[in-house]
Amino acid sequence: MQDLQSKQDLDAKLGALISEHQHMPGALMPLLHAIQDNIGYVPESSYSQIGRALSLSVAEVHGVVTFYHHFRTHKPGRHVMQICRAESCQSMGSEALEAHAKKCLNVDYHQTTSDDAITLEAVYCLGNCALSPAVMMDEEVYGRVSAEDLDALIAEAKA
Amino acid sequence: MMTTPNISTKVYIPRDSSALSMGAEKVAAAIAQEAKKRGLEITIIRNGSRGLYWLETMVEVATEQGRVAYGPVKAKDVPSLFDADFLQAKTHPLSLGLTEEIDWLKKQQRLTFARVGITDPVSLDDYIAHDGYKGLKKALTLSGAEIVKAVTDSGLRGRGGAAFPTGIKWNTVLGCKSDQKYIVCNADEGDSGTFSDRMIMEDDPFVLIEGMTIAGVAVGATQGYIYLRSEYPHALKALNEAIVKAEAAGYLGENICGSTHTFNLEVRRAAGAYVCGEETSLLESLEGKRGLVRFKPPLPAIEGLFGKPTVVNNVISLATVPIILDKGAQYYADYGMGRSRGTLPIQLAGNLKHGGLVELAFGITLRELLYDYGGGSATGKPIRAVQVGGPLGAFLPESQFDTPLDYEAFNNIWAVLGHGGIVAFDDTVDMAKMARYAFEFCAIESCGKCTPCRIGSTRGVEVIDKIIAGTDTVKNIKLVRDLSDTMLNGSLCALGGMTPYPVLSAMNHFPEDFGIAK
Ligand SMILES: NC(=O)c1ccc[n+]([C@@H]2O[C@H](COP(=O)([O-])OP(=O)(O)OC[C@H]3O[C@@H](n4cnc5c(N)ncnc54)[C@H](O)[C@@H]3O)[C@@H](O)[C@H]2O)c1
Ligand SMILES: Cc1cc2nc3c(=O)[nH]c(=O)nc-3n(C[C@H](O)[C@H](O)[C@H](O)COP(=O)(O)O)c2cc1C
Ligand code: SF4
Ligand code: FES
Repeated sequence: MQDLQSKQDLDAKLGALISEHQHMPGALMPLLHAIQDNIGYVPESSYSQIGRALSLSVAEVHGVVTFYHHFRTHKPGRHVMQICRAESCQSMGSEALEAHAKKCLNVDYHQTTSDDAITLEAVYCLGNCALSPAVMMDEEVYGRVSAEDLDALIAEAKA
Repeated sequence: MMTTPNISTKVYIPRDSSALSMGAEKVAAAIAQEAKKRGLEITIIRNGSRGLYWLETMVEVATEQGRVAYGPVKAKDVPSLFDADFLQAKTHPLSLGLTEEIDWLKKQQRLTFARVGITDPVSLDDYIAHDGYKGLKKALTLSGAEIVKAVTDSGLRGRGGAAFPTGIKWNTVLGCKSDQKYIVCNADEGDSGTFSDRMIMEDDPFVLIEGMTIAGVAVGATQGYIYLRSEYPHALKALNEAIVKAEAAGYLGENICGSTHTFNLEVRRAAGAYVCGEETSLLESLEGKRGLVRFKPPLPAIEGLFGKPTVVNNVISLATVPIILDKGAQYYADYGMGRSRGTLPIQLAGNLKHGGLVELAFGITLRELLYDYGGGSATGKPIRAVQVGGPLGAFLPESQFDTPLDYEAFNNIWAVLGHGGIVAFDDTVDMAKMARYAFEFCAIESCGKCTPCRIGSTRGVEVIDKIIAGTDTVKNIKLVRDLSDTMLNGSLCALGGMTPYPVLSAMNHFPEDFGIAK
């Protein structure tokens, strides 16, 4: 993820990503992923530029971005922590883990800690159900996560 | 007698993401470092997982007698493994003996998962050395209709959950005349308690690529897409690495293996919407739209991606095709019971001591799986309820644990086998809360196209909240039943249409949790 300071930087990056993806069949999803991978989120200010390139209205782009849980329209913290809330993890105490995370981080889901270190998200299954409860920190999965393990992950992310 | 290894000893450390979730990366680093420190020559191979997840990180050492396993290994155990001379297969408190002799693994019937955990997932040479691409080679000697017949004769039914015969679906696409057809792999694996698709993609990606290529050759499709859930970054890497290698070696692209067939393959990432696992919602998403469910008919087989005839199949369905072509339809059909032919990769999850991947012929009972394989609950308490088939599957009480794994047997008790995920709960589970969650999940994930699902699910949460609070229990129970009826009969797709399975099964089998007499 790059830290794009100015609006010009952002527009240039967007332009490059758009020309790279716009000719794919069904280009919108790969393009939105590329934007989020590079910029960290899909800025609402990008909708018109995307729409022009793909012959879509701003409302259509907005509709797609907001339909999918994965896409976010605001800058996340330096790390994203996803706690699995699905059944298998519930059977191994994920509810307590969720409560613990919210308390330690002093945030609710979709919020970012005051030091900008961690954005907390809910997730519905990480495919690690044999080792529930599971948590994902950025792109890494953790299994059989205890409250202490979570504390260690948080400490590491904040360091 | 001590013999110093003069040839480099092979050490296997999984790269599967569940193994990584237990620290496999740290173990691999520690082993490499310790070997270097001691001046020992080793070759580390990052294999897939054998699927005995409670033993991860499982480290294996190659010996003349076969591979010897140690687990669960933590990075801190590494020096003691070297002290015990594990490179010479010597014993250590974490010794598990010969891997292939571990009862849990030995009793399985691994067909789709034949190579998983054994090979280096992204080595094409390893894949070919372990019977890879034999199915495609065979397919290239057959006509499209003959390939489809083999798949039909094998009895393979869609492993995504709906259990529709794969060969019949392919036949519909084969019969369509079109300038363009597609093979779409449904790799959205949204169900809680399931991870077999993930394992195939991370631990043996070539088998999926081969299966899709055979599908393309069979029905005359030249382009394939794998629609992969965004929660699986490791699968994305493994698939893309494997695709590049298959292309370079002429197994993808034009003139596959010197034939006249063309097949191109691309991975597309989903974006965290459960409903996009429903095939028509998935196709909308691939086309770059919101994942709104389409009306059926037309079936995707006739008008699918970009309006063209499209095979949509689950990862496991497609990954099972190579062995069917290689060993013959009858070989596969000889496994199983009734109309459920072949094997099912079963996923043991939730509150179980021994969670993991068990591939067996249909017919084994839930009880055998929960206790003989699962080892009972992880917490040591009695298992009270089991959810089979993901968030849209029914909850089963102990009195139903003797049901054999068979599509029809599950139908008969108003349950579903689905994608073969089994989630166990101990006696601390509150079934009213689980019913509430089922409605809540449906409300979060509803695509919003039809009212029973969009409004019914939210209403369901409110009514269950009243039941939990003990308000007008009898009246509200009736309300839930009416609501469920409407959703069952009036929903466009199975998200709204099957949410009543977990809700009503919880209520019927565990009424005491809803404040009503048993
Ligand atoms: N794996 C998961 O993560 C997951 C998640 C949710 C639900 N599910 C499962 O999904 C199931 C419902 O799926 P569905 O709504 O797609 O079921 P469905 O019965 O409508 O369709 C099953 C498949 O058969 C095809 N088909 C049906 N008739 C055909 C014909 N005559 N010719 C060719 N193809 C034909 C359909 O197109 C589809 O691919 C549920 O039973 C549930 O178990 C799985
Ligand atoms: C809400 C919903 C979610 C689904 N999710 C998946 C999924 O993640 N993976 C899958 O293979 N099938 C899923 N299905 C089933 C697909 O619609 C379809 O039946 C399947 O991909 C066909 O492949 P198969 O015949 O090989 O099983 C889902 C169905 C519904 C209604
Ligand atoms: S049942 Fe729900 S998810 Fe399915 S089409 Fe209707 S609103 Fe969409
Ligand atoms: S339910 Fe949490 S990882 Fe699958």
